[in-house]
Amino acid sequence: MQELFDSGWGLSLIVFLPLVGALVLALIPRRFEAGIKWTALVTTGVTLVLAGIMVSLFDFSATQEFQFGVDVEWIETINANFHIAVDGISLPLVVLSTLIMFLSVIYSWDHWPEPHNPKLLMVLAMVLATGMVGTFLALDLILFFVFFEVVLLPMYFMIGIWGDTGIRKVPVVNWEIEMRLYASIKFFLFTLAGSAFMLLGFLALYFASGDHGERTFDILELTALGTAGAFVGTFAFWVFAAIFAGFAVKVPMWPLHTWLPDAHTAAPTIGSVILAAVLLKLGTYGFIRIAIPILPDEARNWAWFIGVLAVIGIIYGSLACLAQTDVKRLIAYSSVGHMGFIMLGVATLTTIGINAAIIGMVAHGLITGLLFFLAGSMAHRYHTREMPRMGGQMTLMPQMGVLLGLAAMASLGLPALAGFWGEFMSLLASFNPLPGLSNSLFRTLMVIASVGTVLTAGYMLWMLRSINFGKPSGEWVSAQLKDVGTYEWIAWAPLVILIIAIGLYPKIVFGATNDAVINLVASAFGGG
Amino acid sequence: MPAAVAQLSRVAVFLQEHGDSAELAQAGDGGGLAAYAWLIPVVPMVVAFLILFFGKYSPWKGWGMATAALGFVAVYGTVLAVANLRDGIVAEFSVNVGDIGTFAIEWGWVVDGLSILMFFLVGVVGLLVFVYANAYMKGDARYTWFFASFTLFAGGMLVLVSAPNFIQLIVGWELVGVSSYLLIGHYWEDMDNIDAANKAFMTNKVADAALFIGAIIMSLSAGSFQFSEIFTRMIEGQTTLGQFGFWAGLAIFIGAMGKSAQFPFHVWLPDAMAGPTPVSALMHAATMVTAGVYLIARLFPFYQLPEFSGSVSTIIVIIGAITLLSMGLLAIVQDDIKRVLAYSTVSQLGYMVAALGVGAYTAGLFHLFTHAFFKALLFLGAGSIIHAVHSNNMSDMGGLRKYMPATFWTFLVGTAALVGIFPFAGFWSKDEIISSAFFNATNNPEFAVWFMVVLSILGAFITAFYMARVVSLTFFGTYLGDAKPHESPAVMVVPMVALAVGAATAGLLNIPGLTEVVTDWVTTRAFPIVEHHFAQPEYFLIAIVTPVVLLGLFIGWRLFGPSSELHYTGTGGEAVDVSAPQRKVAVERDTFRIPVLYPVLENKYYIDDLYMNGLVRPTMGPIADATLWVDMNVVDAVPNLGAGVARYAAAAVAVIDDNAVDGFYNVTGATTGATGSFLRQLFPGRVQQYVALSFAGVVIFAALFVIF
Repeated sequence: MQELFDSGWGLSLIVFLPLVGALVLALIPRRFEAGIKWTALVTTGVTLVLAGIMVSLFDFSATQEFQFGVDVEWIETINANFHIAVDGISLPLVVLSTLIMFLSVIYSWDHWPEPHNPKLLMVLAMVLATGMVGTFLALDLILFFVFFEVVLLPMYFMIGIWGDTGIRKVPVVNWEIEMRLYASIKFFLFTLAGSAFMLLGFLALYFASGDHGERTFDILELTALGTAGAFVGTFAFWVFAAIFAGFAVKVPMWPLHTWLPDAHTAAPTIGSVILAAVLLKLGTYGFIRIAIPILPDEARNWAWFIGVLAVIGIIYGSLACLAQTDVKRLIAYSSVGHMGFIMLGVATLTTIGINAAIIGMVAHGLITGLLFFLAGSMAHRYHTREMPRMGGQMTLMPQMGVLLGLAAMASLGLPALAGFWGEFMSLLASFNPLPGLSNSLFRTLMVIASVGTVLTAGYMLWMLRSINFGKPSGEWVSAQLKDVGTYEWIAWAPLVILIIAIGLYPKIVFGATNDAVINLVASAFGGG
Repeated sequence: MPAAVAQLSRVAVFLQEHGDSAELAQAGDGGGLAAYAWLIPVVPMVVAFLILFFGKYSPWKGWGMATAALGFVAVYGTVLAVANLRDGIVAEFSVNVGDIGTFAIEWGWVVDGLSILMFFLVGVVGLLVFVYANAYMKGDARYTWFFASFTLFAGGMLVLVSAPNFIQLIVGWELVGVSSYLLIGHYWEDMDNIDAANKAFMTNKVADAALFIGAIIMSLSAGSFQFSEIFTRMIEGQTTLGQFGFWAGLAIFIGAMGKSAQFPFHVWLPDAMAGPTPVSALMHAATMVTAGVYLIARLFPFYQLPEFSGSVSTIIVIIGAITLLSMGLLAIVQDDIKRVLAYSTVSQLGYMVAALGVGAYTAGLFHLFTHAFFKALLFLGAGSIIHAVHSNNMSDMGGLRKYMPATFWTFLVGTAALVGIFPFAGFWSKDEIISSAFFNATNNPEFAVWFMVVLSILGAFITAFYMARVVSLTFFGTYLGDAKPHESPAVMVVPMVALAVGAATAGLLNIPGLTEVVTDWVTTRAFPIVEHHFAQPEYFLIAIVTPVVLLGLFIGWRLFGPSSELHYTGTGGEAVDVSAPQRKVAVERDTFRIPVLYPVLENKYYIDDLYMNGLVRPTMGPIADATLWVDMNVVDAVPNLGAGVARYAAAAVAVIDDNAVDGFYNVTGATTGATGSFLRQLFPGRVQQYVALSFAGVVIFAALFVIF
């Protein structure tokens, strides 16, 4: 195994095994469902095992170094290489992605959304897996862009085909349009628009790098150039703006977030889970991997702006949550708030802030993933997502109630659960941002963001009050709702365990990220 | 895990500066006894989860495991207390669980006088309350769940008090908050209880936000989360705290105000009485609500000196003083016996807080210690009554002395201890607080301290008054309830008797100049505590306070006692047959009806209304709705309008397509023209293709860029 990874094939397998799985799935006849399920399960399972092996072989004493790398020529004419490798920053995210995919397949075992087509759903999921993991591992801008875009289409189809068939009334233009159509197109167009700018930014970097030697798309070479001060001034400003557009849509940052509530709400359960747990992190990861290291001076200039948008997102998202009656929409808006905390951490440009952002990304993936699983399963049972109609779940389905309670508590940042670290540490970082950034601004942001923690608690408790407590109404008592099933338990237990484990032992994440982040900040901002 | 024991030498300079007023304990490291003290928080934590998963199948359905865990803590806590009094223990252990930047995140445990005090209280009082709960909760639909949550609380509280750093403190802090939420909402079928639970959680969350900020400022200024490290840096003048000391101190104090229900954060505690009575006794009287007091005590090396914390201590004194009097007044007008005790708890917490503010470290903790016994006792007594009469309202009680003699006598002991009758516990601890305040006021005449002296004495009067009222209305006069009252079973009475012994004698542990056990106990700290010690009781203050207390009792007894006509007359003074249905009207005996004042008190100074109508409802209603409206109609308007324009453009294209392109194809005879139908599909309804087309466009666009 050591050789497999040292030769670079290990990482390539983690990236492309799902794609192979997708091809195999494509060959299996649609009616042969057991074969489809097992192929998907084995594919994601082996990928997860490989990711586990990667962790066990990973040298945690040198997390700032890129390990198990491959760097081979890919498109010679433009000097784009197939360059992938893992360091302490990408490691937790790769594991998160592979885990979420595996759990989604398990969950799907007896939860096939309508129209019934396991084959297509699984093929799309496998393609998604390749795109997500590839994005986290890519060290070449073109490769990164390709993986980043590969994610788009399967998710678009997932929402468009299996999404909510209710009617969405679109204000302003007075449309009435099927929810899944509206949501899927909105998701697609928003991300696409962002990516177009991002690609422009990448190309600009490519051409600019020509002034300092051979033109390159290599992230590490560009980072070295950027750190040495190769990209400055108006040029760098516009490049950062372009890249910012691409990532800010994905995160999403206020006010580019409006695709998210629609997409999350409309998507089928595993779509929402993957979207929330992994896809959003592609944006924040992009900031940490590309925008900040390559354009450190511009990151400094933009920090206040990012910080302000992040905090607006926290307050605004939380307030929007308080006005929701649809449980899935509430969880969706909560992501706007949580990603705000992550971006606030990033905006401080400090080791603590970026560490906070990464653990926040992992925690949000686990917690919101679990919340969307739960919301999906509840909607499946109640046939409604309207919270005012629910109630008394602790009596109807005690296990589901307890899990929802735990997930809600984790989401509101309860200490000793995973969500606490990202929230608390990004507040900590904002009190002392990178020297040169405005202390008074970031301290003000810290205070406002901490008001956000109160609002977060408010809507989560409101959700629990509506769903879990009270006397169940007659329609549910007679409906004989089934409590958490076996496949659900198998799919959710790892999330619950990790939420508690990271809460108690944050070294699970910090052990990988800390040195890497210290190195990143030191080389970008000199010691920072 | 190195034992960072007592930075004794590092504070030598500090000691010189502050002369003999700072007393530094000579202490050992506690050896193995301290090294294994991690078991104290861990055992209840683990047991809580065992009960959750296996409690149903265990003997006594989880109660046995829970009580065993608390018994373990009680025994270990007692052993530590004895060892501490004999040799002194100051030890600290930490285990690294991750690094963020240069900050170490650690779990650990502090074993010193202060933490041992809390181990002891949580263990001993907790054990007695758990025993009591066996019978009290009998027949509850969620008996096992109750003990799981209750044990989780004990674990969380012990995590909190054993914390050597801010992170762990916050963990424990929120764990007790969550268990409080669960237990207040224990009867979750009733939405009122859930509202009470949410109110408790949210009020505390507001305060916690401040605590977070304070903890962040202090930790960053010293470069460590660890209390001992922060204090050392502070004393050595190596922090960047500067003028932020005041703000950090204030923010942390606000956190403490939330947990210890200080004015104006007190609103949650009376509502928290919706929880089962054992919960009220242990959490909302004896231990959890003292966490705020504990926090100030833990940070006392910081708070005691203005050069670190600025004038925060003045604010602490004033808040404590306002709380102790204003909340005592609210206790007067309550009908629900648990609410009387709840307001009384808030009031007594005010005494503790004010004491710490005025620098009387030992006095504040001494009162915490005695209060744990007598207030837990009073709550268990109230629970025993509620168990018997099936109502919380004193208007359903009366004359219970005859039916429940054991409850009556123990309750009387608790009352004597609370109001401060010689020689019961509260007499000594309250006297020490008032003496310390007076000493400070005479030596350092400041408005705040005199304010506190006066309010403390008035508070003693009020306390005596409302307790006389409670005892009169419940135990004297005629029984007015429906249920047939009976004495509680032995398993409930025995813990009450045990607590009564504590309530009667705990005060004797710290008689100035005579015993001073508690002083030695709680000042065993790694860092010096600067405070005044009295050589003897302040007799002239006793000579003032005791008559005041007796006067309060007398007036209360006159107004509400059996000789009062209130028992037999309605509010209008008309004679009422107590067996008649309108007796409820009659025994709105709250004829403490001073015009203006009464409505103010009955409406809790309108503070709850202010929060509800000024903060909660607007946020959850108009503000949240407006945000969502803006999101849907303003922020989202740009993309939606863009889409609208695109749609009309597409429609236009389709029109051209239909009339021109199709026409061309038709003319040329081409069937099912690829381009024609393809473009027609742009029309909404075939949007998938439209999007796929745009994607293809981007790919081509990208490819062009790549190639050239």
